[in-house]
Amino acid sequence: MAVSEVVSQRAFARTPPRSATTRLLEDERWLAVVLLLPTVILLGLFIAYPFVDGVLLSVTDARVGVPGSFVGLQNFESLWHDTIFRTAVWNTFVYTAVATVFKLALGLWLALLLNRHFKGKAFARAFILLPFIIPTVLSTFAWKWMFDPTFSVINWTLFQLGLIHTRINWLGDPNLALISVIIVNVWRGVPFYAISLLAGLQTINPELQEAAAIDGARPWQRFWHVTWPLLLPVTMVVVLFSVVPTFADFQLVYVLTGGGPANATQLFATYAYQIGVGTGLLGEGAAVSLAMFPFLLIVVIVQLLYIRRVEVH
Amino acid sequence: MPRMNRRKLLKLSGAGALAARTGGIAAILASGKAPAYAQGTTVHWLRWNDFVPSSDVLLRSQIIPACAKDLGITLNIEMINGNDIQARTTAAIQSGTGPDVICALNNWPQLYADSVADVSEVAEKIGKDQGGFYAESTAVANNGKKWLGVPWCIVGAENAYRKSWFEAVGLSKFPETWDEYRAAGKKLKAKGQPIGQALGHSFGDPPTFWYPFLWSFGGMEVDKNGKKAALDSKATVESVKFAVAFWKDCCDEGGLAWDDSSNNRAFLSNTISSTLNGASIYLLAKREPDKYQTEKGTPLWQDILHAPLPKGPAGQFSYQLPMTNMLMGYSKQQDAAKKFLAWITSKPVYQAWFDSQGGYTVGATTIWEQDPLWNKDPVMQPFRLVGRGAQFPGYPGPADRRAAEVLSKYVIIDMYAKAVQGMPAEDAVKWATGEVEKIYA
Repeated sequence: MAVSEVVSQRAFARTPPRSATTRLLEDERWLAVVLLLPTVILLGLFIAYPFVDGVLLSVTDARVGVPGSFVGLQNFESLWHDTIFRTAVWNTFVYTAVATVFKLALGLWLALLLNRHFKGKAFARAFILLPFIIPTVLSTFAWKWMFDPTFSVINWTLFQLGLIHTRINWLGDPNLALISVIIVNVWRGVPFYAISLLAGLQTINPELQEAAAIDGARPWQRFWHVTWPLLLPVTMVVVLFSVVPTFADFQLVYVLTGGGPANATQLFATYAYQIGVGTGLLGEGAAVSLAMFPFLLIVVIVQLLYIRRVEVH
Repeated sequence: MPRMNRRKLLKLSGAGALAARTGGIAAILASGKAPAYAQGTTVHWLRWNDFVPSSDVLLRSQIIPACAKDLGITLNIEMINGNDIQARTTAAIQSGTGPDVICALNNWPQLYADSVADVSEVAEKIGKDQGGFYAESTAVANNGKKWLGVPWCIVGAENAYRKSWFEAVGLSKFPETWDEYRAAGKKLKAKGQPIGQALGHSFGDPPTFWYPFLWSFGGMEVDKNGKKAALDSKATVESVKFAVAFWKDCCDEGGLAWDDSSNNRAFLSNTISSTLNGASIYLLAKREPDKYQTEKGTPLWQDILHAPLPKGPAGQFSYQLPMTNMLMGYSKQQDAAKKFLAWITSKPVYQAWFDSQGGYTVGATTIWEQDPLWNKDPVMQPFRLVGRGAQFPGYPGPADRRAAEVLSKYVIIDMYAKAVQGMPAEDAVKWATGEVEKIYA
């Protein structure tokens, strides 16, 4: 018997017997299940369960403290005929579309500026994050004061500069009210775009810009043909992460206008709260909330498909 | 009438314990003294942050110790923003855990009728002993089958107006009719002293003004039986037409964006001449005379008077903000909480809280009309009788869940807001009628 065989036999003999669990985990399929389990439990508890519960709630006539019975799609049918709901749908689309365009444009502009070398760059980058860091409710209260019909500092400034002669009714005029809440959303959302796009810009190899410059490309051509295509995948992800919370925004409008005047700023989420909590009609409130889902699903699918296509190419 | 001070409050013990063992709540109330509970019983009471801070101080510094001494109950009082109480109540009911007693505003008890305990025994005894509850308090706290809570108080709403400014336009007293009010408001607005009224989405000032405004023209959302929507009427259209003219001629147009505190700030800053509000404007101006002054530099409170809303073609109406203490059905402290409600609403204990309010609220029972507090300050006199004749949304039908839905969707408020923003009166009424009919269908 060779020495190596003796050693290997002894080593084998000393190995303690493997437990059933160990043997099971040595199978990669079971190991994968075990490793994924915590994530599945977390997602199930905090995402799947509330979602499924919301779906079940939306097909009942549940009220606060009363479980209710199955009513099929009756809640959705009544929403279809609800003029306030239609207003909320329109407002939500306008709010999301306009705010997203402005956040993207301003965020990209800021990112391009911050990507240059200048004195105090680090300070400027930190400072620009402030609107994003301050709790939304707090900053929105400050905006509420700035838009106050009687004491608006914006009106005061414009008046002192001689630009207006009568005050602007920021939150009282239906059109201006929607514009005002969009302004606050843009103000709050621009830093997220700026910093995320800045991170994207910094991954672009400067040599590509230099090569384009040597070939005679002007700044705008360099941006359009070099920077923008390379930044597009990041931009799509940023837009995706922004559109979803903007579409479902609640606290900003709740603090500024409560959905008024005359529902001019009513959004999906504020109306769902008004129905579900204010009136106690949990089934109908859940239906309003759930009505957002198809729109958001389409947005997410389109964007993810686009990102995938860009990455493949 | 004997006043209630801290010493007397703390004396309320002893005999109450015996009464509790032998005769229940009726006996406690009859004796005016409270039972002693075993240590360790805690009652959690959720209520709003009071607009009169001294009342919150009183609850913490005197009522909590007195409750421990008299009932042996540890009272845990939680105070939050009034706008957040509904969200807390909903979460508590759905999860089956939370405060034992919740002080509800408006007709919220009707929304939670299936989730609150029956407190008829306590409420009926309190009502009987204290001259009966006001109709509005009964309408919101009783659903015809049981008492859904024990009525706590009514926050009075009266017009606070600038005496000197009204005198300057030739009025020695507040206008009695809407036409007179509009005529005065037109002159005042021309002088840069408009009337200020909220017409946005806020639970206090907009409904307490625009509902009585509708009623005073003969408009109503539902018929007397509460079965058929009745908003679509000539009276409603007339009220909307008048509202548009009144708004344009007399009001601060920023009111479309006002919340419940905006008119307070505007009045205290001398920018509006009159507004429907609780007594908080006057009480604050009086408490801080150096801070709140007229344009002439005199204390503002000396130039404030109060008056009810004017009369319309169908009469004079008011909607005051009622508050009700609900004992939650999920509470494991049913017995202790009932005894707490009987104790806190009993006259000797309630007296201390009532005094601390200084007239900002009136009691839910009629006995408080006779309190000497009303003799202290003639400017507060108009608040004394606000409980009488006050109506609640749903009028002339019941203040039920459907009325609460019309209220919480701001249908009546938005009817006026849409018209003020340019929609023809007939179209605004048509839109609101459609919403009301769906709710009452």
